[in-house]
Amino acid sequence: MDTVLFTFYGYELHVSYLVGAVLYVVLAPFAGGLIAGIDRKVTARMQGRVGPPILQPFYDVAKLFGKEKITVNNAQDFYVMCTLIFMVISGVFFFSGSNLLMMIFTLTAASIFLVLAGYSSNSPYAQIGAERELLQMMAYEPMVLLSAVGFYMACGSFNVGDIVMSDAFSFKYLIGMFIGYLFIITIKLRKSPFDLSMSHHAHQELVKGLTTEFSGRTLGILEISHWYENVFLLGFIFLFFARGSLPYTILGVAVVIVCYFVEILIDNGYARMKWQFTIKSAWIVTLIFGGGNLFVLYYLQPILAR
Amino acid sequence: MGVITLLILIPLIVSLVLLGVKSDKARGSIVIAAGIAIAALSVYFAVSNFGGSVLKPFSSVDGVEFFGKYFEAGPLAEVIGNAMLGIEVALAILIIGLGIKYKKILAILLSLISTPLLVWFELTKGHEIAVGDYISVDKFSLIMVLIIGVIGSAICVFSLGYMKDFSHHHSEGKDRRPFFFFMMFLFLAAMIGLVISNNMVWMFFFWEITTLCSFFLIGYTKTPEAVNNSFRALIINLLGGLAFVFAIVVAGSYTYGAFGGTTNGSLELSFLLDYGSQYKLAATTQGYAQTTEPIVGLIAVLLAFAGITKAAQMPFNSWLLGAMVAPTPTSALLHSSTMVKAGVFLIVKLAPVLGVSNLFDIGPGFFVTIIGGVTFVFSSIAAISQSNAKRVLAYSTVANLGLIVACAGIGTAEAVWAAIMLIIFHAVTKSLLFLCVGTVEHNIGSRDIEDMDGLFGRMPKLAVFLIIGIAAMFLAPFGMLISKWAALQSFVDSGNVWVILALVFGSAATLFYWTKWLGKMTAVVPDRINIEDKVHKTEWGILGGLSALTLGVTITFPFFSKSVVVPYLTDAFGALGETTYEALRMDNLIIMMIMVVLIIVLALLFYGRTEKRIVPIYMAGTAAGDNLTYVGSMQKDVPIQLRNWYLGDMFPERLMNRIGGVVNGTVFAIVFGYMLYWSVLLYQLLRGGGA
Repeated sequence: MDTVLFTFYGYELHVSYLVGAVLYVVLAPFAGGLIAGIDRKVTARMQGRVGPPILQPFYDVAKLFGKEKITVNNAQDFYVMCTLIFMVISGVFFFSGSNLLMMIFTLTAASIFLVLAGYSSNSPYAQIGAERELLQMMAYEPMVLLSAVGFYMACGSFNVGDIVMSDAFSFKYLIGMFIGYLFIITIKLRKSPFDLSMSHHAHQELVKGLTTEFSGRTLGILEISHWYENVFLLGFIFLFFARGSLPYTILGVAVVIVCYFVEILIDNGYARMKWQFTIKSAWIVTLIFGGGNLFVLYYLQPILAR
Repeated sequence: MGVITLLILIPLIVSLVLLGVKSDKARGSIVIAAGIAIAALSVYFAVSNFGGSVLKPFSSVDGVEFFGKYFEAGPLAEVIGNAMLGIEVALAILIIGLGIKYKKILAILLSLISTPLLVWFELTKGHEIAVGDYISVDKFSLIMVLIIGVIGSAICVFSLGYMKDFSHHHSEGKDRRPFFFFMMFLFLAAMIGLVISNNMVWMFFFWEITTLCSFFLIGYTKTPEAVNNSFRALIINLLGGLAFVFAIVVAGSYTYGAFGGTTNGSLELSFLLDYGSQYKLAATTQGYAQTTEPIVGLIAVLLAFAGITKAAQMPFNSWLLGAMVAPTPTSALLHSSTMVKAGVFLIVKLAPVLGVSNLFDIGPGFFVTIIGGVTFVFSSIAAISQSNAKRVLAYSTVANLGLIVACAGIGTAEAVWAAIMLIIFHAVTKSLLFLCVGTVEHNIGSRDIEDMDGLFGRMPKLAVFLIIGIAAMFLAPFGMLISKWAALQSFVDSGNVWVILALVFGSAATLFYWTKWLGKMTAVVPDRINIEDKVHKTEWGILGGLSALTLGVTITFPFFSKSVVVPYLTDAFGALGETTYEALRMDNLIIMMIMVVLIIVLALLFYGRTEKRIVPIYMAGTAAGDNLTYVGSMQKDVPIQLRNWYLGDMFPERLMNRIGGVVNGTVFAIVFGYMLYWSVLLYQLLRGGGA
């Protein structure tokens, strides 16, 4: 069933990889938008409100695309477009079973373009937002890379395809990494207490932070690229449980749902913390859980290699 | 022999000629002609030999072919060796003289120890030791020749315009440009000599020449600060030189007896590498407690120490930061193709006998890896708090050299693949960055990153070059990032867990300091006047060429790896039974290459194009509408000022240097303690007469 379409310097393009990539490009925005809608609904319920319809994010983006075409300079749109393009590429890497590190680096590139979009406006609010976004990246980047290394040590490959089909039940070996990843994904999903650079909540002292100077279509494109991003960030959680069989797939999906719910809970349960707390806590968690797990894996390696 | 001789002689002769040339025009033509000749020759030399085996044009067996004439190697080598020794003594006297003049006792002391030691060794033992190959040019040496020849001469050509402006800015005192260009070309000659030498005594000669060249170049302006910093560089490098001399003495005094016959002392680097590799292989197949032959380990540690001082690793990084006082082309030369690269060249060359196969194998590679890893993470973090562009570049150099040193210390073929990749990309990109910053400084009057905001408006073309350079240093899919990825892969594969931690945290910091600089420049600030017209034509040519090279190297690397780097690794590591040479698979490299092209195409097609109406930015309250001011209280116009974030309280530079220095200093203390133990053992061995 999973035939190899062609090989390219050792890379084998399986049919399933191609299907995964195409499904991702087509469906991820819908899934991401839906997740955003559910997020808003659940958040509203937690706050004792009725909340918007589940499809509200789609209405919002549709409306953004109908707005008057204005911008603060001629460079910003280029950077935001690159954000979207590289976000989609990194997602494609992930869902086509490619190298996990390659995906992470491409994701980083996408985020850098977003930061540059903020800087390019030369607006006080957007620039502070951009700097904070950068700080957040510095906070979460080590843990993301370590998780990839963890998968490599547990499953013997950096390729998402191999990790998904691996016999090893990654979670068993990567509990520390999992905790670390859950911690930093709070930053990545822009949830309180770490939503420094921009926020969905109304407690912004920076107007709309990084996105202050984006409007209309540009903001809509950015929203879509966040949807793309969130889908594979959650896919990354799924990876801890994937083992190429149905029960584990169900387990993985269940864990993803629970984790996202917990993220929403944290988002609503905390006020925003200072940036010092963000970087310190993220790095300490990375060192203890990620680093600790790494050393454990090192000792386990003779067993894993068997 | 012909082309190699020319590659050393041309820069040497040109340097001497330039010492006497006073007119700008004559100097201009000579430098440009020499630059083109050296670059062309090095390309020709490298390309024509990439396919072949290791070149040994100066060997006792075959004699020396010199433009069609044959010489016996022995007598010729003796003449050369004596000349080198004579020059070294003269230079030592010069250093001692300068040391007395400027009251630098350490410099005097170090010269007083190392030079007499070397002279004693040469006169008593050295000249009796048979040397097979005085010169050995493998593919790694060819890569270095290419880097030195192309990038080094590009920097020299760039210096023409730069130094003209520089002497206008610093018109007090006499014009010392002849001396400057003399040193620059001498530097190139010495570097080429260094990377092709197989006789360690010869290599040491070139090693010391580079030390002295950098000493004179750093002290070029003769201000008290420049003099101080030049002596700091000198002292640190003389310390490394002393270790080099020790290595020579040990290598020449020991009787090697373990494999196939006895060798009474050897001065050949290739012999040491072979001997060490054989031991390593035997150790792994027969399960010895240590994977490194003790005496080779000791020599490797001494040479690696010399390399570490030259590569400005913590705690010795202060000399490279102090070197900032020199004119920018000097920094570009020191950081990219010469000096620090000589340090990592030697360490990478030693990689087959270094190596840590696991966490508990405390070989010489272990200490080298620690030094490199610690330096990488703490210099990367230290760079965050810097707003002086040249200091950011310097910390970035120190950090990346740390990564190279760590890779070499691990000593697997994969890690060395990553190290060579880092050397290539770093040389190209860093030279571009320094030259860009130098040009910016001369035109906007500041090298502070804060003053570069809206550079796009003032110097659009230069900003593009600078952005290419910065992106190439840290952003996917450009060269340095791919190299880092390769390094990470090799760290994981060799099980060096804690270096992985150093790499991930250091990379996060790297991302931070580069992007905030990038952001400063990409900010679109209104009302900027284009001031680019004062940049010299030669400067544009070099900057454009290096930018193209930066992108070109990234795009062509997969093929370069296949045809040059992998064959080198096969030669160097094949005997050790290693089979994996590339840390990254070809498909990934090619995907990255396609992404580079994609970014270039996207930027060309879409950057700066919009049909949208451009509106003022938001400033909370009343913006004046010009994006530069808002209306404050009392209806006063208040200009806005945007400053970057340096996190000085969170990551103080001084603290980072202190932590790195203390950790690495402790490592050195342990290693030297260990070595002391070894030297006692060695003494006993020498008295006992054999292994």
